[in-house]
Amino acid sequence: MSHNANHAVSHGHGHDHDHGHDGHHNMEALRQMGFWLFLITDCILFGTLFATYLVLHNNTAGGPTASELFEMPGVIAETFILLTSSFTSGLAVLCMHKGNKNGLIGWLIVTIILGASFVTLEISEFLTMIDEGAKISTSAFLSSFYTLVGTHGLHVSVGLVWMIALIVQIARRGITPVTTRKVNIISLYWHFLDVVWIFVFTIVYMMGVM
Amino acid sequence: MWEDIKDWASGFFVTGDPLIYGADVAIVLATVSILFVLTYFKKWGWLWREWITTVDHKKIGIMYIIASLLMLFRGGMDALLMRTQLVMPDMEFLKPEHYNEIFTTHGVIMILFMAMPLMFGLFNIAVPLQIGARDVAFPVLNSLSFWLFFMGAMLFNLSFVIGGSPNAGWLAYPPLSEKMFNPGVGQDFYIWGIQISGIGSLMTGINFVVTILKMRAPGMKLMKMPMFTWSVLASSLTIMLAFPILTVTLALLFIDRFLGAHFFTLDGGGNPMMYINLIWMWGHPEVYIVILPAFGIFSDIVSTFAKKKLFGYKSMVFALMSISIVSFVTWAHHFFTMGSGASVNAFFAVSTMIIAIPTGVKVFNWLFTMYKGRISFKTPMLWTMGFIPCFVVGGLTGVMLSVAPADFQFHNSYFLIAHFHQVLIGGVAFGYFAGLYYWWPKMFGFKLDEKLGKWAFWLWNIGFYVCFMPQYVLGLMGMTRRYSTYGWDTGWFGLNLVSTIGGFIMGAGFLVQVWQILYSIKKMDKDTTGDPWDGRTLEWSIQSPAPMYNFATDPVVKDVDDWWEEKQRIAAGGKPAPKPALAPIHMPKNSAMPIIKSTFWFLAGFGFVFDWMWLALPAMAGVAITMLCYSFRYDTDYYVPVEEIRKTEAAAGRAV
Amino acid sequence: MKLRGWGRLVAAIPLLAIVFLMSGCSTDMGVLDPKGIVADQQFDLIMITIVISIIILVPVLGMAFYFAWKYREANKANVEYKPNWSHSTKIEAWMWGIPILIIVVLGAITVAYSYKLEPSKALAAESEQGVKPITIEVTSLDWKWLFTYPEQGIATVNYVRFPEDVPVEFKLTSDAPMNSFWIPQLGGQIYTMSGMAMELNLMASEIGQYQGRGANFSGEHFGKMEFIAEATSQGDFDKWVSDIKQSSPALTEQGYDELAEPGIVETNDTYSSFPEGLFDRIVSKYGSSHNHSEGSEGETSSEATSSESGADK
Repeated sequence: MSHNANHAVSHGHGHDHDHGHDGHHNMEALRQMGFWLFLITDCILFGTLFATYLVLHNNTAGGPTASELFEMPGVIAETFILLTSSFTSGLAVLCMHKGNKNGLIGWLIVTIILGASFVTLEISEFLTMIDEGAKISTSAFLSSFYTLVGTHGLHVSVGLVWMIALIVQIARRGITPVTTRKVNIISLYWHFLDVVWIFVFTIVYMMGVM
Repeated sequence: MWEDIKDWASGFFVTGDPLIYGADVAIVLATVSILFVLTYFKKWGWLWREWITTVDHKKIGIMYIIASLLMLFRGGMDALLMRTQLVMPDMEFLKPEHYNEIFTTHGVIMILFMAMPLMFGLFNIAVPLQIGARDVAFPVLNSLSFWLFFMGAMLFNLSFVIGGSPNAGWLAYPPLSEKMFNPGVGQDFYIWGIQISGIGSLMTGINFVVTILKMRAPGMKLMKMPMFTWSVLASSLTIMLAFPILTVTLALLFIDRFLGAHFFTLDGGGNPMMYINLIWMWGHPEVYIVILPAFGIFSDIVSTFAKKKLFGYKSMVFALMSISIVSFVTWAHHFFTMGSGASVNAFFAVSTMIIAIPTGVKVFNWLFTMYKGRISFKTPMLWTMGFIPCFVVGGLTGVMLSVAPADFQFHNSYFLIAHFHQVLIGGVAFGYFAGLYYWWPKMFGFKLDEKLGKWAFWLWNIGFYVCFMPQYVLGLMGMTRRYSTYGWDTGWFGLNLVSTIGGFIMGAGFLVQVWQILYSIKKMDKDTTGDPWDGRTLEWSIQSPAPMYNFATDPVVKDVDDWWEEKQRIAAGGKPAPKPALAPIHMPKNSAMPIIKSTFWFLAGFGFVFDWMWLALPAMAGVAITMLCYSFRYDTDYYVPVEEIRKTEAAAGRAV
Repeated sequence: MKLRGWGRLVAAIPLLAIVFLMSGCSTDMGVLDPKGIVADQQFDLIMITIVISIIILVPVLGMAFYFAWKYREANKANVEYKPNWSHSTKIEAWMWGIPILIIVVLGAITVAYSYKLEPSKALAAESEQGVKPITIEVTSLDWKWLFTYPEQGIATVNYVRFPEDVPVEFKLTSDAPMNSFWIPQLGGQIYTMSGMAMELNLMASEIGQYQGRGANFSGEHFGKMEFIAEATSQGDFDKWVSDIKQSSPALTEQGYDELAEPGIVETNDTYSSFPEGLFDRIVSKYGSSHNHSEGSEGETSSEATSSESGADK
């Protein structure tokens, strides 16, 4: 079943080499590295959006300003929820390493629930703001705000769908090298989104209300 | 009812121009005949299995190259139309609005849909073979990259006959590219065409970084890699760092146009200058992304055809890497005239000059590789020899442009046009052509006719100078880029006439190349050795064309230019390195996911262009579902049995 | 660092030779025939860079052709072949050293000239004592140039006149997509951008008509955005102003709005007056929202400066 086993077989015939070579026996490691590189590109993507926000965040064009709009209690709740979900995704990985399939699935479900509440809170925050007349087309400040925060929210939502798919796969196949790699990757992704949110929280919200 | 349809169609299809009707007819005829041929010869299954769903890097490379040559034809037609319009003063061949569309599509197609895919084609053909790998790190992702590029390019080209072409210049500066000044769909075609193919480019960048860092043959330390592989690494790292900026910039422009946001608008607090900064933060590295691999190609070719080790390997590696880093801090030299102040201009002027140092050093590397060599001037070397003077001149005019206070007089003039065509044609195009001629036998197993190749080279080379040298002078005389016409009183007639003649000479060069390919297919001069140029690197150690699994057994590398050293050892009476016994080879299975997902992207892009949410939203859902389904697929690879390997190798006359 | 007389002539010969061959002598040579104090210095700078380029170009091309010829495979003469020679510290030192040296020299020249030729720097010091600069406001419209003279109170379209040997302080903005204001014979260009008042200082040293151009693509009839810049004697200039004052119509608010509509103007219209503060209103129409933050990280700060430096002046 396991890929590693197969690769080992295939290399049994080959000459022995001890380092660095693909040999396909470390395909999962390749994918992990690919994902790290993807995260670097995603960092640049968010970096560009942050830069845009910093250039435009005072250009309110007569519309509402950050300090008028932002409701900190809701934002703090969102932050707390997302940080907790990052912790629970870490617990899921721990369970996986112990070979505890049910624990893994359980903690992933908790993570999904927390992530979904984060997204719900964010959407309702956006809806309230739009209700107050602060639309994406109101000013450059709001354009960059919705785009930056919305891009993060979109990343979280994608992560949720992905996690659900992963749970189905783990339920069907158990903890294999492939599912292990997949769980490692999504938890990496989830921590990454957490870090991005900390920047959103400080640069957008804290600086906005100060 | 009929009237409504007619009304809608006249808005939907581009009408009123004989050129476009001609294109319509050509597109319909070509499509019908392709469909007919495929059906008549029962080739649908073959096409699907062998090409569309393939994950073989060599086939993907070939598809990239075919697509990019088609795009070269389209971009070249645009160029010749422009040169015809400018051949004499007060020409009325193209109306201004048409001319604006043509220079826009020329620029976009040549950089993003010609240079980039041709480059990716060569990456795909050569890199895994050079490093002794069986494929790239992520073969399915590689196929997805290709199909995203292809669909993006098709979407962009569709604007020629449906909806209208973009007309705000190849970088689409706002506010001109905003809805306020540019309400048509052309600009949206621009955004989605580039966006979709750009995602593909980004993934290719990641793919090759992992491939090169992780999949080298045993013994091939980083400092033993072929120089082309080094240049691909430098270029791919630059892609990874630059392309996300493009993705964001275009997304913001689209949000402006689609949701009425104010990133780059004149009103609502938008800042058009931010776009110009952002697009060049990608755009400048992009120029180095396309030129770095050309440097790598030249390095490999020079040492192969001079039969000599590359001079200053370490210098070369250092130069490549430093270029890719410094290229990120030079972007503002594209707008010294924005009034950023003397200090900002001086900083970017000096950073631009600094990048000229490693670039210049490489020319010396090539020259000293030739020194005390034995140079044979086959077509790949010929292009390299054409490149050196052309690139040195282009580089020096680049240094002239980087002198900020002088740039006030060069900016946006034909001097600039001549400069960047000199580095992009003389550097990038000549480089990729050289690579194409060099690796052609490895790709297809037969050689290209040398005599026709020499004709093509001289036509291109001479045509280039005839076309662009006058443009330097025109620029200094005050001729501004993007003028659709000029008056008799300007005194620009003579030089423009000469320039147009040069453009057509290059066009003739392209035709000779097409003829060369067709002629060589008919002649079929097979490369039975697998090593037609007496090569130095691993790709020449296997048969031509490379078998599906590349290497029957994993090569073990001891030196730089390992294959050359091996041949030297054998010539000196040594024994060939012992080959390990054959073992089943692990290969990835074909996948239909890339073509399906890319088609959904195409439909989504098309829907967003026309604000058809009934199309765009389901198509986006299609993208997500395809991805999700793919994540459930675990049966992704298989083994090639030893018997099959033995048969394939024997058929190529190779003992195992 | 100035090239004068023969030096300049010799440096310019190769270029001028091509141009004369192609076009005859009466044509406008643009950058190559500077008629103003800024263009003069830019021309010198261009010639310096051309000379430096040729110093690099000639030996490199010489080596390329010599090596290719001498070490060709067909050369049966007894030439050395050293297939494994691939390193020489001495050569490497030279091939890094020379480009570095050249770039250091060129970089120093560039930095010095960047400050010297900063377009927003007033030219008062360069002109004769007691000459008062003249201010001309420039607005790029779709697809025409509007010139307003705040001191004289007149306005012109696609034609601008000023006295010779008097520093001209152009203030520039745009009421349309960005363009670039360029009079090749008088000196380098600067962008005209909405919401910002840019500044460009030029001075004509000879009487004459100079071709002016819009150098940045701004839409359909961008090619028609040419204008004439004419330098005359002070007397002629004053007479021209008073003629316009007497005989031309006034530019009204409504007249301006009509002028600002996209379209081409074929005639060089003149106006005896224009609405008070028109230029500043065009700037502030878009400029009010350009209140950027002080840059707080590398990427942003340079963006902010590039747009702010214009707006602040």
